[in-house]
Amino acid sequence: MDTNTRAPDDARLTPEAVWVALDDVKDPEIPVVSVVELGMVRDVTITEGHVVVDITPTFAGCPAFHAIREAVAERVRALGAEAVEVRRRLSPAWSTDDMSEAARTKLHDFGIAPPQPHGGLLLPALDAPVACPRCGSLDTELRNAFGSALCREIYTCRSCHETFERFKPL
Amino acid sequence: MSASKAQDSRLDAELQQALVARLTAMADDELILGHRDSEWTGHAPLLEEDIALANIAQDEIGHALLWLQARSELDGSDPDELAFFREVGAFRNARLVELPKGDWAFTMLRQYLFDAFETELLSRLRDSRYPPLAEAAAKAAKEEVFHLRHSGLWLERLALGTDESRSRLTSALQRIWPYLPQLWQPLPGDAALQRAGIAPNPADLEQPVMARVSAALAALGLEPPADAVPNPGGRDRHGEALVSLLVDMQSVARADPGVDAW
Repeated sequence: MDTNTRAPDDARLTPEAVWVALDDVKDPEIPVVSVVELGMVRDVTITEGHVVVDITPTFAGCPAFHAIREAVAERVRALGAEAVEVRRRLSPAWSTDDMSEAARTKLHDFGIAPPQPHGGLLLPALDAPVACPRCGSLDTELRNAFGSALCREIYTCRSCHETFERFKPL
Repeated sequence: MSASKAQDSRLDAELQQALVARLTAMADDELILGHRDSEWTGHAPLLEEDIALANIAQDEIGHALLWLQARSELDGSDPDELAFFREVGAFRNARLVELPKGDWAFTMLRQYLFDAFETELLSRLRDSRYPPLAEAAAKAAKEEVFHLRHSGLWLERLALGTDESRSRLTSALQRIWPYLPQLWQPLPGDAALQRAGIAPNPADLEQPVMARVSAALAALGLEPPADAVPNPGGRDRHGEALVSLLVDMQSVARADPGVDAW
């Protein structure tokens, strides 16, 4: 996805323009990735200037969801939409497999080990080796299956001795 | 939501009432347990456990929200209103989750038992013929994998750790066991929900939950108390513990009712 070609605010209101605009809305807890890259935006429909955006929560108790919902509505209004409705859609339940490759790369560069695609096999994914985002070593150790946010867990690298976070496979 | 789906989601009055009652019981279990877990925030024996239990608490409260939102779609109720402005007599949580947090062994054993129950419940709710319930269950089930793993590991640490940790776990087992059966006690509408394929009869969860729990205990050389007398009464009966919990949990919302954001 080319995120550099941004629709000007006076452009015709199209679903494509909304998708591009929503790439500006970042997860407040991980400011390098957008809600589009995370796979949270499920659908955009426009009927006579009325924009409906369906988004799905990552974790059910995620406190950022409320803020994201408002940020999405605000960004779409800034495109000139007369009415905006942001709906919560639960199904299919969000998975880290919904993330784009760009999101994984950005997480890695931000210092968070990205979740590897698991195709629904969650338990093997939880036990698979995790590469240290700093030195690349696979000699890492799970310290805590829970971290600073619901979506993360804490690892230590035995090679470079750094402690780092991993985005949980879900 | 598509038109066909909305049709699938329509229930007759009897089923709707039964489902509202079941969702309330499920939400209250999660909300009250989540609050009890949150009482350890800043007080857990290890920093990492403090973080872990705060996360689990947040997940459980998130699950409560899933069930209250499903209830809201049926009767238009407001989840915040139900959580923060209901009186103690209107709560339908099992006694198990309202018991004071106790020591670490008590907290972890309770969490493990509830996780075992919730895992079995969610695996059946995923097949519900009522789509909003199946969808919410699929969502919560993924997170529950982390909970059961975590509390199961603590069960091992406590049982195989030191004499003190094992004796604390054994006392917790004695104390908690009588409260366990209430988790799968059916509500009056549950039989109708089962017939309609909407939710399992909770009584059918006893066998799989007990099989799972007994196997875990046996692997650690522990046995369920043989002489435990189940706590009598239904989900409408609560102890003083819930009263003081609600005073604490509801105080902020009640201090400034109607406020939009805190």
